[in-house]
Amino acid sequence: MSVSVQITQRLGDFALDASFESEGGVTALFGPSGCGKTSIINAIAGLSRPDAGHVRLGDQVLFNSATGVFVPPHKRRIGYVFQEPRLFPHMSVAQNIGYGRPNQLYSTRGDGGLAVLGIEHLLERYPRDLSGGEAQRVAIARALTSQPKVLLMDEPLAALDDARKTEFLPYLQALVAKTSIPVFYVSHAMSEVAQLADHLVVMRDGRVARSGALAQLLSDPAAISDIGVREAGAILNVTVAQADASDGLSVLATSAGRLFLPKVQAEDGTAMRVRIRASDVILSKDKPDGLSALNILPCKVTQIHEGQGPGVAVALRSGEDALMARITRRSARTMGLTAGLSCYAVIKSVSVAPTDMGGRGTESRVAQMP
Amino acid sequence: MLGLGPEEWAAVGLSLRVSIVATLAILPLAIWVAHLLARREFVGKGVLNALVLLPLVLPPVVTGYLLLLTFGTQGAVGGFLSNLGIVFAFRWTGAALAAAIMAFPLMVRAIRLGFEASDPKLEQAATTLGATPWRVFRTITLPAALPSVIAGAVLGFAKAMGEFGATITFVAAIPGQTQTIPSAIYAFLQVPGGESQAGKLVLVSLVIALGAVAVSEWVARKVAGRRA
Repeated sequence: MSVSVQITQRLGDFALDASFESEGGVTALFGPSGCGKTSIINAIAGLSRPDAGHVRLGDQVLFNSATGVFVPPHKRRIGYVFQEPRLFPHMSVAQNIGYGRPNQLYSTRGDGGLAVLGIEHLLERYPRDLSGGEAQRVAIARALTSQPKVLLMDEPLAALDDARKTEFLPYLQALVAKTSIPVFYVSHAMSEVAQLADHLVVMRDGRVARSGALAQLLSDPAAISDIGVREAGAILNVTVAQADASDGLSVLATSAGRLFLPKVQAEDGTAMRVRIRASDVILSKDKPDGLSALNILPCKVTQIHEGQGPGVAVALRSGEDALMARITRRSARTMGLTAGLSCYAVIKSVSVAPTDMGGRGTESRVAQMP
Repeated sequence: MLGLGPEEWAAVGLSLRVSIVATLAILPLAIWVAHLLARREFVGKGVLNALVLLPLVLPPVVTGYLLLLTFGTQGAVGGFLSNLGIVFAFRWTGAALAAAIMAFPLMVRAIRLGFEASDPKLEQAATTLGATPWRVFRTITLPAALPSVIAGAVLGFAKAMGEFGATITFVAAIPGQTQTIPSAIYAFLQVPGGESQAGKLVLVSLVIALGAVAVSEWVARKVAGRRA
């Protein structure tokens, strides 16, 4: 389902002027705090009414200032997972979950989408007796049970500490893989976005700085300043060749060769994404020998982008995949890097954090699309 | 019991009936106005607020006289209503009307605090789950403000039990008809040797007041017990 959003709205001193289109799937709204991400999904939800513009989901117009259409939020069939769980304190977990479908008895059994949340044992409890992670899982179940046509998630992991986040992310991935409705995912953490999203909208100061397919945008060296030099980095689609190699590493197959990375929790043969930060990639013109780094992928320079600072972003093609390296301007000049040049990308195994690995591989995603 | 005579019993029964009817009848309106004042922005909000508070700041005798002018059988509203068979002047219903109007500002103020303290974010969540505004109010907003609603109702009941000036001006103090506990106490104190009867009624007032507070505490604790 295609989504089209075009909004202008004044909120005190803050001016929101954003527009983007997305082909459905998971659309990530990425940017620093206060850049207008939440304002956009509030407008999609109908919790706020923009001054002008439109919000379209497929062929349904939810808002159009020109024609005066404004569908009230309770008629929009949206599922909204807020930053904080917002569970109703005077209702049990089961009552909370059933709130969106008052005329039906709720059962986790037979509901494949909810089973992954692992909340069956919590149904009798009250929100005060739940941990932060449990409460957020219940909030997600509640949003999904109302059978929404679109799911909005506003930093659903924000209220969780890092350990909980790592624990929670697989739930979210499994869930997102199971739903076929469009998802809008607000986050300022690129590792979450890289694992979950199909489409990326980068926000800056109330405006859309970049919008495009996630893999393309993350391997576009021109986008590096909008994404942030520390966060920028391409996504490799890999298949787990050997999840449990004897030395505590996993062997992952890419289209250009094998990678040895910290152990992943997955079956052999699983397709997944690995985000390689641009600042973690070293380039070499000749095949390096006698290095401690295990991962050396042959690649070809496709584009060199010079920014304001001392660094340059080098876009690379490695087999079927794109990589990106951020090196100093001086090195680029010394090496004589130009588009079309063959070289080797060196990736240090331990620099890839476990949070950068996971998510749905592109192939499996396509296979699941209805 | 307590050595109350028929006249005193009549006053106690009437006071209870007047106060309970007045509180229950005005409670929905008080909840609605309190919610309006707490949550909505609209033209004339200041005027409405002042109007609600008026009985609190006006001398009760003035309120009673205004009621007589409006709801008396010759009054604008009273004349119309008497054609429909509804008469307030010099009836217990008039006493209930006076009590309700005097209790109203206190109830609105107490309930409004509850609505102001309750979290609109929960209402947003309910809205996104497809709940109509009325369902959101019924299932989320009102339960959250319930302790304040109870407190407001008890306050209103207490005010209605104690109401004197407006009542006596509007409906006088006809024994068995419109003579509530306060006007009965006042009447007894005007007669030499009436102190003992007045004292008994004072005692009854005290028991009813303490009972109302105890019941409200009990209900409030039951409500709070279900939450964090």
